[in-house]
Order: sequence, then structure tokens, then C-alpha cells
Amino acid sequence: MPASLPDVDPLIVRLAGAIAPTITPDTVIVGIHTGGVWVAERLHAMLKCSLPLGTLDISFYRDDFSRIGLHPQVKPSNLPFDLEGRDILLVDDVLHSGRTVRAAMNELFDYGRPASIRLAVLVDRGGRELPIRPDFTGLELDVPAHQNVNLSRLDDGHLTLSLA
Amino acid sequence: MNPQLTEDGRLRHLLTLDGLPRAILMQILDTAESFMDVGEREVKKVPILRGKSIFNLFFEPSTRTRTTFEIAAKRLSADVVNLNIATSSQTKGEAILDTVDNLAAMHADMFIVRHSQSGAAHFIARHVAPHISVINAGDGRHAHPTQGLLDMFTIRRFKGEFHNLTVAIVGDVLHSRVARSQIHALTTLGVPEVRVIGPKTLLPTGVEQMGVRVFHDMEAGLAGCDVIIMLRLQNERMKGALLPSAQEYFKFFGLTPEKLALAKPDAIVMHPGPMNRGVEIDSEVADGPQSVILPQVTYGIAVRMAVMALLAGTGNA
Repeated sequence: MPASLPDVDPLIVRLAGAIAPTITPDTVIVGIHTGGVWVAERLHAMLKCSLPLGTLDISFYRDDFSRIGLHPQVKPSNLPFDLEGRDILLVDDVLHSGRTVRAAMNELFDYGRPASIRLAVLVDRGGRELPIRPDFTGLELDVPAHQNVNLSRLDDGHLTLSLA
Repeated sequence: MNPQLTEDGRLRHLLTLDGLPRAILMQILDTAESFMDVGEREVKKVPILRGKSIFNLFFEPSTRTRTTFEIAAKRLSADVVNLNIATSSQTKGEAILDTVDNLAAMHADMFIVRHSQSGAAHFIARHVAPHISVINAGDGRHAHPTQGLLDMFTIRRFKGEFHNLTVAIVGDVLHSRVARSQIHALTTLGVPEVRVIGPKTLLPTGVEQMGVRVFHDMEAGLAGCDVIIMLRLQNERMKGALLPSAQEYFKFFGLTPEKLALAKPDAIVMHPGPMNRGVEIDSEVADGPQSVILPQVTYGIAVRMAVMALLAGTGNA
């Protein structure tokens, strides 16, 4: 494992570069709360999408609700466009088990039937428990199960990755 | 110890707003906010309570409260069973517990209880197994916590904050479980001035000890108010001569456009329903631009969803 994790900004630039050729007029970017929204905000600005940014809070779709209850700080989901026939670019900060992405896809389909969904993640840390793979990845890591990769945002808006 | 809370301070039952900490009230209001859009989606459901069984136990009839609980539960994907049990067949407390035990044997996860006797929901909550939650949907003159919460949610939606408000509760406070829940919630949330306005015969003695200012003159009481909550005149509960007549009551305590003009120009008018038009409220006010009575009904669904989701999560933890 690297002692320190790389800067986030170059990773997002690389991610945006890979995504750019695939953007269509029907593409909408949807970030998953909370870290995924931060990354999605950056991508949305860089990729000059005409449609507004969407955000998802998947708390009501989690598969571990019956074990851990409701997340203490649920935020409203906000999808200010019709999903019907859209190409969705789903964005999360760290891809681990894949359960969050499954929950996000279930939630999206309750808003309508998109034409396609692709997945962009800042970090793929390994450890998947579901058959889910990202279409665009900023950084691939092989992190042991007992460790966590976290994205945090400083007061000045700067994003940093840490390993704990 | 508050029987509504777990040892680590999470909500286990919702029986009354009395004694609930501000943090829990805010958590319910914030969670309700995130449920607001579910009713506008193509699929008006979230899967969070899939596989849970919720029983509406209504020992006292109420169409609207039962319906909003039912819709809330269904939007959370729970299975709902409605039981309207005539109070006449429920003569002793033991019979209630027999009913509850039978439903628990059908694997109930949550009971929503409405009863004409104060304390009925507490009684059931003390009896049920640890994984079952109880929501009080109104017990006698005691409490109606989800109505109180939806009123707080409505006030926050229209006024943004609580710390700078003057709120008046007008009418039959004596017989009103709604008023009691509202007063507890308003004071806990930091509303600096809560007023109750009504004739002496319809205000409980010692109501000042709940932290409210008492007015017997409606004109004086409404002056400078941000929020006016009208209460239903509980005709059906009034025994004996507390009031000369409904007409007389309307003259002194009915909310007319003229009286409303004494409050702040942007004051909102609330009513828990069902309204007695021409008794406690003039139709022109009830249907007017300052009325938020129908939004209250819509918000009631999101608030009840929030309470159910939080309770179900606690029960399983």
C-alpha cells in the first residue's frame, strides 16, 4: 500500500478525460451522497453538461437497514429532470462492496426508466460482494478489508483521500 | 427514564412529545424532509419497510388520521392491516392486551394506536415484545404526537426557524390532545412565545405552568402573531354548559378576516382538522391565502413516514 494517497484533483481530471467522449445531450450526472456528490459536482463543471446535476441519498434503499437502522443524517434525493430515456452517469467516491451502487440503481428506477446507466468512481478499492464494475475509474487500489478509504472535503472545498 | 427511548437515547416508541429531546424532534423533522419527494415520483414508494407488518389499531374512529398512517406505511412498502375496533366491545384493559397478543402472534412489527382513553398507547407499549414499536395516534385528552410533529414541520417549512416566532393556539385547549402535543413541541424547539387563547371554561387550569401566556381576549392574543393554530371545537366531547352557543363562540373566538388582520401580515393559519366552518374558523380564512391547512395534511404523510422509519430501524438494531 502507498503510504500516502495521491492528490484528488488530477484523478478527477483524468476521470473527466475518460468520460468526455461518451457524453451525449441526454447524459445526466448523478452523484451519490455525500462523497459522490462532491466528485459529481467537479465532473459536472468540467464536462459542461447542459442538464442539472442530480443527487441521490440511498438511505431508504440500503440492504442493511434491518441491521443498523436509518442513517442519522438522511438528505433528500434531488433529480431535477425526467429520467425516462436518459443516459445516466452515476458517480461515487469509493467503490467497495458494490451494495451502495445496487441501492442507487434501485432508487433510480423508481424515478423512471433510463436508457442506460454507467458508473464512474474516484477510487476502486476492491472487495466487491456483488457483480458490479465501474466503467470509469480514477484510481485502483487493493485495500485490505479492515481498512477504509475516505474522501473528505476541507473548508476551502479541497478534496483529500485518506486511509484509515 | 423515558419509556419512549432506548438506553442509548434512540426513539423506541412514539407516545408523547413531552420529554422528547430537541435532537430527536429535529431528527424526525429532517428525516421527514427527505421523504417529501417520494409522493411525487413515478413509483411512490421506497423499499425501507418491505416485509414489515404494521397494524392500525383504531379503538376510536378517525378516517383521516388512519388514512395518512396507512398511506405513509404503504409508501415505505410495509404491509398494513386496519382494525377498527368498536370501543363498546372493549370493556376492560385485558381485552386490549388480548387483541395485541393475538396480533403479535401474527408477527406484527408495529402498532399504531388510537383510543379514547388517555394512556392506552403507553399501556400497550409497556406490554409488547422488544422488537415491536408503538405509535400513539391520539389517546383521550392526553397526546397526539404525530399531529404535533406535522404542525412543527409545517411551521418550519413556512417560517424557516422557531427561535423568533410568536405562536398562538386558539380554542378548546381543555379537550385537545393536539394542543398539549403542540405546546410541548413548540417549547422544546425554542419558540420564545407560545400563547393560548380561549374562554376560561375551555382552558385547563394551570395551563400557564406549561410555559404559555394565557389570553381570554382574542384581539389581544392575536396581536403580532406569526402562526395561528385554530383548534376544533370538540362539540362531541362537551358535556354540560361550557359555552352558551356555537354562534356566540364564533363571535368571540372564531377566526375571521378582521381578527386575522391583527396578526402579522405574513402570519399563517393552521388547523388540525376536521374544521367546523363558521364555529372556530370563517370559510374565508380557511380557504384564504394565509391558510396552510391542506399543506398540513400533505406534510403529515412525510412526517409519519419519518417516525415509522426511525422506529423500525431502532427496533431491529
